[in-house]
Formats: sequence, C-alpha cells, structure tokens
Amino acid sequence: MSISSCFQTDKSIGLIGAGSSFDYPLFSAMFSKYHEQNHVQINYQSIGSGGGILQLTNKTIDFGASDAPLNEEQTNDMQAAALHIPVCIGAAVISYRIEGVRDTLNFSPQVLANIYLGSIKNWDDPQIQNDNPNINLPHQMITVIHRSDGSGTSYIFTDFLSKVSEKWDKNVGTGTALNWPVGLGGKGNEGVAGLIKQSPGSIGYVELSYAIENKMAIGKVQNQSLQFIYPSINAISASAEMPLPPDAKASITNTISPTGYPISSFSWALIYKEQDYKNRTKEKAEELLQLLWWVVHDGQKFNVDLHYAPLSPQALKVTERILKSATYKGIKIL
Amino acid sequence: MEKVKEKKRKHKMIIHELSGTIWDRENQVLIPLESLSSLKKQEKVFNSSLILVSALILLLVSGIFISLIVGAMPAIKASGISFFLSKTWDPVKGIYGSVPFVVGTLVTSFLALIISVPFSLGVSLYLGEYRPQGWFSSFLKSAIDLMAGIPSVIYGFWALYILVPIVRAVELQLGVPAYGVSILTASIVLAIMIIPYSASLAREVITMVPKNLKEAAYAMGATRFEMIKMVVLTYAKSGLVAAFLLSLGRALGETMAVTMVIGNSANLPTSLFDPSNTIASVIANEFTEAANKIYFSALIEMGLLLFVITALINYAGKAIMKKLSVDR
Repeated sequence: MSISSCFQTDKSIGLIGAGSSFDYPLFSAMFSKYHEQNHVQINYQSIGSGGGILQLTNKTIDFGASDAPLNEEQTNDMQAAALHIPVCIGAAVISYRIEGVRDTLNFSPQVLANIYLGSIKNWDDPQIQNDNPNINLPHQMITVIHRSDGSGTSYIFTDFLSKVSEKWDKNVGTGTALNWPVGLGGKGNEGVAGLIKQSPGSIGYVELSYAIENKMAIGKVQNQSLQFIYPSINAISASAEMPLPPDAKASITNTISPTGYPISSFSWALIYKEQDYKNRTKEKAEELLQLLWWVVHDGQKFNVDLHYAPLSPQALKVTERILKSATYKGIKIL
Repeated sequence: MEKVKEKKRKHKMIIHELSGTIWDRENQVLIPLESLSSLKKQEKVFNSSLILVSALILLLVSGIFISLIVGAMPAIKASGISFFLSKTWDPVKGIYGSVPFVVGTLVTSFLALIISVPFSLGVSLYLGEYRPQGWFSSFLKSAIDLMAGIPSVIYGFWALYILVPIVRAVELQLGVPAYGVSILTASIVLAIMIIPYSASLAREVITMVPKNLKEAAYAMGATRFEMIKMVVLTYAKSGLVAAFLLSLGRALGETMAVTMVIGNSANLPTSLFDPSNTIASVIANEFTEAANKIYFSALIEMGLLLFVITALINYAGKAIMKKLSVDR
C-alpha cells in the first residue's frame, strides 16, 4: 500500500489476457507503456494460443490472443460471436546452414514444399539450383527441421505450403502440430535454431525476431508475383495490402501483394462481440476496447523495434471497423 | 544475572519435558510430567495423523488415475483400440496412434538402464565396499549428489551442444544418416541422469550386507573379487534390482532433456540412430496448443498410458525382487 500510494493509484482492478506466446514480448512492452500512461494494469499470461482460446471460451479472461483464427469447433464452443482483432503481422522465415555457402538463398514455394515433403533430398538438386543459378551448392543431404511443439509459426508455415502445394494439402495439411513426413523436431524457436546451427545442411523455419537476434541465415521466398522477397518488416507489413474480409479472419499467406513476403500472418486478439456477459461492468468493457484501440494505433510504434510488422493501412481500416462493432447490451461501445 | 539463570532453568525444564518426565532433585525420583491417560491420547493422535497422511497419498494417486481416465474418455471413445495399435499420429487429420511413442519411451529407458548399470554398480561397489571413507570417496559422493541436483534442461543443453556432434561424427563414420539427435543420444543422456539415483541407492544396499557373512567368505579363502561376487552381490541382489528399477522410473518420465536430443519424430524408428519421440516428450510438446477436444484428450490418454506402463514395470520389479530376495 505504501508504495502504490506514492504514485497515482490505478483506476480499476485491471484486465486479464492470455494466449499466444508469439505476442508476449510485444504485449509486455505495449502494456507496460499503457499502464504508465493510463493507469490500467493488464496481466497477460503467455500460455499458448490454444490455452488462450480455451480460457476465453470459459470466460475467465477479458481477451485472448491467437496466431491462428478460431476453427469451426472453437467457434461453436464459444456459443457467442467473437471478434478477431489483428494486433500485428508475424512471419515464418526460412533459415539454413550449408557449409561453404554464405549467400542469401532463394526458395520458390514448390521447392519448399518438396523439401518438407522429402522429395528433394540434397542441396544440389536441380530444382534448388534453378532458383539459385549463381550459387554453387554442395552435394549434401538436407536435414529438414520443424517445430515439435504446437505453434502458431508452424501454422503459418503449413498454411502457406497447403496453398502452394496440392500434395502437401492432401497429405499433411495445415495445423499447429502435424504429422511431418520427414525431418527433426525442435522444441520452440530456440530448439529449431539449435538444430539448424548444429546440423550441417539443415533448413528450418523460425520467427523473424528470433532469426534476426541470433544472426541466422535468412532466405528469400518467392511470392505470387514471382518476386523473391526478403522478410523485412516492410515486406511483411505489405503482405496485408490485399482485399481483406470485413471480419479480418483472413489468411494472408501466399499474398497477392507484389511486394509482400508470402509466409506472413496476422496475430489476433480475441474478444466477445457482446461485452455484457458474466456480470461484466460497462466500465470494464470500455476499458478493454480503449486498450485495443490504443494497441492498433499508438501501440503499433512498438512493433518495429521488436521485429513485429505493424498493421498496414488497409488492415488498420478493417480493424477499426471491427473494434467499433463491439457492443455492451446491444449498444456500441466506441 | 538473575535473568540468565532463569533462562537456563527454563531451558533445562524443556529438555526434561520432552522425555515426558521430570527429575525431582530433592526426593531423587523421576516424576511423570503428564498423566497416563494424556500420554495415551498423545499416542492416539500421533497414530491417527500417520494414517491420515498415508491415506492422503493413496487418495492423491488414485485421484490422478481417475482424473486421467475422465480426461481421456473422449479420446478413448473416439479412437478406441486403434490408439494402442496405430503407428500414425496426425493431429490435423485426427488420427491418434501411440505406438511410435511407446516404442520410443521403452527403448530409450531400457537402453539408458543398460548403459548406466555398469557405472552405477562400479561406483557403488567402490564406495560401499572398497573405500567407504577417505577424501576421494567423499569427493565422489558429493559429485554424485551434485549430479542428481542438476536440472534436466541443463543436461539437455549439454547434450545438444556436446553429445550430439559426437554422435553425429560416429554416425558419419558408420555411414548412416547423420542427424546426431537420435534414440542413442537420448539414451546416453538418460543414463547419465539416472546414474546418481541408482548409484547412491545401490551403495546403501551394499553397505547393508552383514560383516560376518563377508568375513566368513574370507575365512574360506575367497579373494576380494570372489567375496563380492558370491556374498555381496548375492545378498544385495533384490535391493540392487530395486535401486535400478527406481532409476528406470525416472528415465520413463524424463521429459526436457529427452525432447531436446531425441529429434521429436513421430515415425516408427528402425534403428538406434533414428530420431524418435517419447510419451512424456510429446505431451510436453503438444499440450499447450492442443486446441481440439479429442486431440487434448488423446494427450491425456498418453499420460494415462505412461502411468499404467510405469505401474506395470514397478509391479514386475516387485515380483523379481521377491524372487531374488535371500530372506524368503
């Protein structure tokens, strides 16, 4: 008590969120600033997207956060309409380690799918060589590395592969945890990074921030406009420059944007559309919506420093409309 | 001055009270501090609290078992017997087969046990029989205790950066796919992790071998090696099995270090150099993001399976111990 009385006391008991561990570093930075400015304490538990969705379904938290949109079963379980609010754009970047190769490699979607299906086995395969005409690739076995834990990064990556390869879609599919045809699993970004660094001739996918901070080799990936795109913040942001559905529940992998990086995806905050549930007060609903409004506007300046791509102008427009659609007892909040 | 004396007297009183009697200096007799009935009551309270604590443990274990069954029910209903027979684990298509994980768990644990037994037996014989005292022995003992205290994630990292390259080099020499992460790597880490447990338990058992039996063997002209072979190992057989079984239990459930070096592949392994996966490791990996009801429940069923496997192995171990025991 004596410590808190030195400062201005918080306005309310605060908000509770849970979910995606991908969003956690971003949310920590954002929420600490928000607390400083608005004196609203926000407690975010990084328990994984699935856990966040489950807790929102049980109505024990104010908002969830997920790297994958709600699936049919989850939507049905909730029994009330939920809103998907994009908070940032993340990407899975392709990293590799080949002895003697220091150049940035190009990967076309077909090559990536075939490597992960196990049909391309060596680095000097003509298909890889075709994407990289000026690079001399060794005859070395490819060690394929994927995430072993259920993760949003795997979801983004396999969503992309399912779109570009019919065979992948049919045999493996899209998901947070999958039945991988080949390769080794690493637990978490650190596990995948460890295996890539350890194994000569390896290829894997990690979050952008992880690849940059660990100075890993990052490959370019070809998008629909046949451009090989390096996953820069701008290129990831640009991937959302495409027609979006009004609920923002859109997959933006394999984007049609000519400058967009094709393995990008929104990360969403999830809230109930009707905020009057389980004896919630109107103040709390207002507090929550104000926070999310701040996150997608002023809060976005935290994104770049932490290697998350900010929402593109087009995505922001859609997001604003979604936030304005939230109600309390049927009356609009914002 | 007076105060100090007072304190001293009080202190003495407390010591006397603890034994339930007090020494009467003047009459030179012991006087019971409490009445007989209150002592009886004390006994009763102590006895019933012991029963209560033991019952709580039993309740806890059966509670875990029941909640595992309840949690696993949706998956048991959905996949039935195929859960135990199918070789495919595909959460996207909703196929849940436990075979690769059961195989991975059993192979890594037993291989770890086989690798660890010569070391733990050697160390325990040295500490229990050859040199129970001395600076080297006490140093060795504290090193073993220290090994038991190292968190498993540290073993995992050590293995990932030191052991994996060594195994990879061996694999390259042998001409098998050189991943470095494999069943063999996981088993070696597990073996190192369980040595402190089996070694200190085995040492306890070996020091309990009666001295007169050992002296009898020497009197018959046995060498030290013959004495150990015929007396120590024979007498301690059942205790040693118990020690190794307890360490096997630890290997079965070990998660973090294994998941870092086993390769986490759900394909059925065909050799010791193949990547694989274990039950504990797949639960740790996939539990947080298991957003589908059946999927979630299938992971709980995995936990139930591990529970049953551990119980069965313990039961088998008890049976072996009974058979080997010298007393019966």
